[in-house]
Formats: sequence, structure tokens, C-alpha cells
Amino acid sequence: MKEAIVRTIGLKKTFILGKIPLHVLKGIDIEIRRGEYISIMGPSGSGKTTLFNMIGGLDKPSEGKVYIDEVDIAQLDAYELAWLRCRKIGYIFQTFNLIPVMTALENVMLPMIFGGMDTDDAMTKSKALLETVGLGSRLHHKPFELSGGQQQRVAIARALANDPAIILADEPTGNLDLKTGKEIIHLLKEMNREKEVSIITATHDLKMLDVSDRVIWIRDGTIERIEDRANLQIKVGEVEGEEAG
Amino acid sequence: MGKWANIFYKSSAITEEKMSAQQTKRIEKQLSLPIKNAFQMSVRSIRIRFGRSIIVTMSIVLGIAFLMSVMSSNAFIVSLIKNGPESLKVSLQQNLDEMRVRQLWLVSLSLLVCVVGIINAMLMSVTERSREIGTMKCLGALDRFVVEIFIIESSMQGLVGSVVGVILGIMVTFLMFLFKYKGLAVHAFPGLILLKYTLFALVLGTVLSVVGALYPAYVSAKMEPAEAMRREV
Repeated sequence: MKEAIVRTIGLKKTFILGKIPLHVLKGIDIEIRRGEYISIMGPSGSGKTTLFNMIGGLDKPSEGKVYIDEVDIAQLDAYELAWLRCRKIGYIFQTFNLIPVMTALENVMLPMIFGGMDTDDAMTKSKALLETVGLGSRLHHKPFELSGGQQQRVAIARALANDPAIILADEPTGNLDLKTGKEIIHLLKEMNREKEVSIITATHDLKMLDVSDRVIWIRDGTIERIEDRANLQIKVGEVEGEEAG
Repeated sequence: MGKWANIFYKSSAITEEKMSAQQTKRIEKQLSLPIKNAFQMSVRSIRIRFGRSIIVTMSIVLGIAFLMSVMSSNAFIVSLIKNGPESLKVSLQQNLDEMRVRQLWLVSLSLLVCVVGIINAMLMSVTERSREIGTMKCLGALDRFVVEIFIIESSMQGLVGSVVGVILGIMVTFLMFLFKYKGLAVHAFPGLILLKYTLFALVLGTVLSVVGALYPAYVSAKMEPAEAMRREV
């Protein structure tokens, strides 16, 4: 039995807007094994991004626990959380979130530098990573000189910088067109296979279904169902407002 | 530990251990931002937001120029009293005594206005870059790295602004005295005292810039990554 790299127990999150409490997560229990490719799917407002933030240590739950590699992250202090984000987890965002004043190469080097790596080693490794994602010829371009798909590739290379155990991708294809989105999904799957990184994506892009080992469907803050790839059923029109890719 | 305590607490670099241990086992960490990289990022940020940087720097330039011109005019007067003809001595000495308190008040006020301007500009900068800050924290940046970057930026702007301000202040004053006292002004040029005042003005200008950046840096350190990146700017 593979060990669980992410485990949530009774996860609840309530936001207080003025006087009205908004219950976004109403009790989530999931277990994600090492090397799995998981998609968390659901309509807007279902709580996927909030769940994603909980798993990634970006926000604290109102109730329940999150374990990363069997360590309760609520027990970690600021230093340990920063270390977790630096070494254990790689993040990919819908809006790419590259540092605009730095080139692609420097963006990928940044987490390595935070992690204490020597500059020359960091540069060598970053170049290799950027070549893996197909941007070997664009090392010294700044983000505004790259297309959306290229920026997301840099973000993927950056997420892999410190050989993390988990990659968290929040709507990675949200700002990309159909073709580029497919390329990015394919790239993520390749990384999942070659580097044995667990990938957890929060998305409402149905193209993700093909490559996921398991899909967790979320609606209204609770898990509707969890499907293994073998049992995936795609009903057109099931997910609100989306067309089957 | 309070947020400030975290920022100023020195983290020791120890070797890392695998994290799949029990909670009692110490998690040893090694996170760093080398000064060279911090400087590089600060310089780039200044260059990319050049317009804003110029405004912040101008604020220091004007404040320090005013300070410097007041101080150097005092220096000139003292020097003229020493080296000039008897006829000038009495009138100049009288002027000097009257002006001191008023000068102190005016200069302090103008420098205060500058610092407020810097605080405002840096706060805007922090807000605009909240997504960048949130992202860096996701990459493992400690709060203190973000603070460092803003402080370095501010002190560089302060230093450059002070240098320009000092030159401007001395030049304006010298020209004024040259116009009024002609050759005597050159003869009585108080070089050594001006040097002392220059050093003081440079340090003061840089320190004030850093002071102006402290509150905005605190704001940037307090940001949680999730909320920072959600912010629409």
C-alpha cells in the first residue's frame, strides 16, 4: 500500500463576510497517494480553490486537519511552512504568476536560490528544466516577451525546481486556448510519469480527465464522488457551463 | 512568536532531514536569500518602475537639497564672519542668531513631508506588487526576504537622492553667495565644514528613506500568499 502524501480529515472552511458566514468546505476527507495524478473538479464556487489552498498550506482550515507526508501542517511555524513551500510543493497558477522583472531562467532559479542552492548549480539545473519543457531557446526572455503557453511552461519548470513531491496546479489551463491547454496537460502528465511527482489540479477543464488517475468531484463544499480512471463517465452538460473538451 | 519576531529572528542554516518523521522530530531548514540576489532584484524593480522611483527619489532630493542649502549657508556665513571685513561681521552675526530656530523648524517640516511622501509611494508599490509577493512566498521566501528587498530598494533611492540633493543644495547656496559677495565667497569657501555636513546629509537622507519603507515593508511581510494573489490590482 503506497503511503499517502496528502491526507485531509474532516476539512471545513467558513468565511465570514460581514455578518453572514459562508461555509465553503463542509467536511472533506481525501487521501492522495504518491505519484498519483488527481484532478479536483467542480463548478465555480464549489470550493475547489479553497480546498487547493488548504492542501498547499496557503490558508488555514476552520476545522479538520491536513497532513502532508504524514505531518500535520497546522503544527508548522512560519519557517517550516516556507520550507514546505520551497522544497516539498511546487505551485502552478491560472495567471502564471511569474516575476515580471526576471527572465525565464531567473524565474526558474528563484526557488532554488531560496532553497540555498549555489548560483552556478541553480543555473545549470534551470537550463535543463527549461529544455525539458521545450523552452531551451527562450532562457533570457522576460515574461512579457512570452506567450501564455510559454509562461505556463516556465511556471511548470519553476514548480519542478526543487524536485518537489507534490505539484499543485490551480486551473493551469484556465487562461490558455484549447490547443495550448492540451499541450500543457500533456506536459504535466509527462512530468508526472517521468519524475514521479504527485500532481493535484483544481480545474473545470474536462480535458484533464484523460490524464488523471482519479477525479474528485466537488459540489457545494462536499465530495460528490471520487472516480478512478477506469470508471470515468463523462456526461455532456453535467458540469455547469462547460463543454466536453 | 509575533510576526516581527519572526522577521528579525536569525534562522541558522542546518542540514535538512526528510519530512516524513513524527512531529516531535525537529524539522531542520535551510532558507536563504543571498545579498547579491536581493540587490539584483531591488535594482531591477527600481528600473522597471522608473517613473515611480524618480518621484520617490525627487522627494529626497528636494528635502536634502533644502537641508543642505540651509546648512551650507550657515557655513558660508560663519566663514565670512571669520574671513570677511569688519563691516560685515556684526550684521551677519545678528542674522545668523535670528534664523537658527526658524531654520530648524522649516527643515524638519520639509524632511517630514518627504518621509510621508516616501511612505505613500512605497505603500503603493507594495500593493501593486502583492501578487509578486504572494508568489515569492509560495516559492519559499521568508517574510524577512520580502522586507529586505523593499528596504534595499528604499535605501538605494535614498542614497542616490541624497547625493543629488547635496550637490543641488551646495550649488544653489554657493551661487547665491557668489552673486552677493563675489570674490569673497570663493575666498571664504568653507570646504571642510561642508564635507562634514555632506556626510551628515547623506546618512540622514538614506536613513529617512529606510524609515519611510518600514511600515510598507511590514505590510508586505504580513501578507498571506492566498489573499495576496487574489487581490485585483
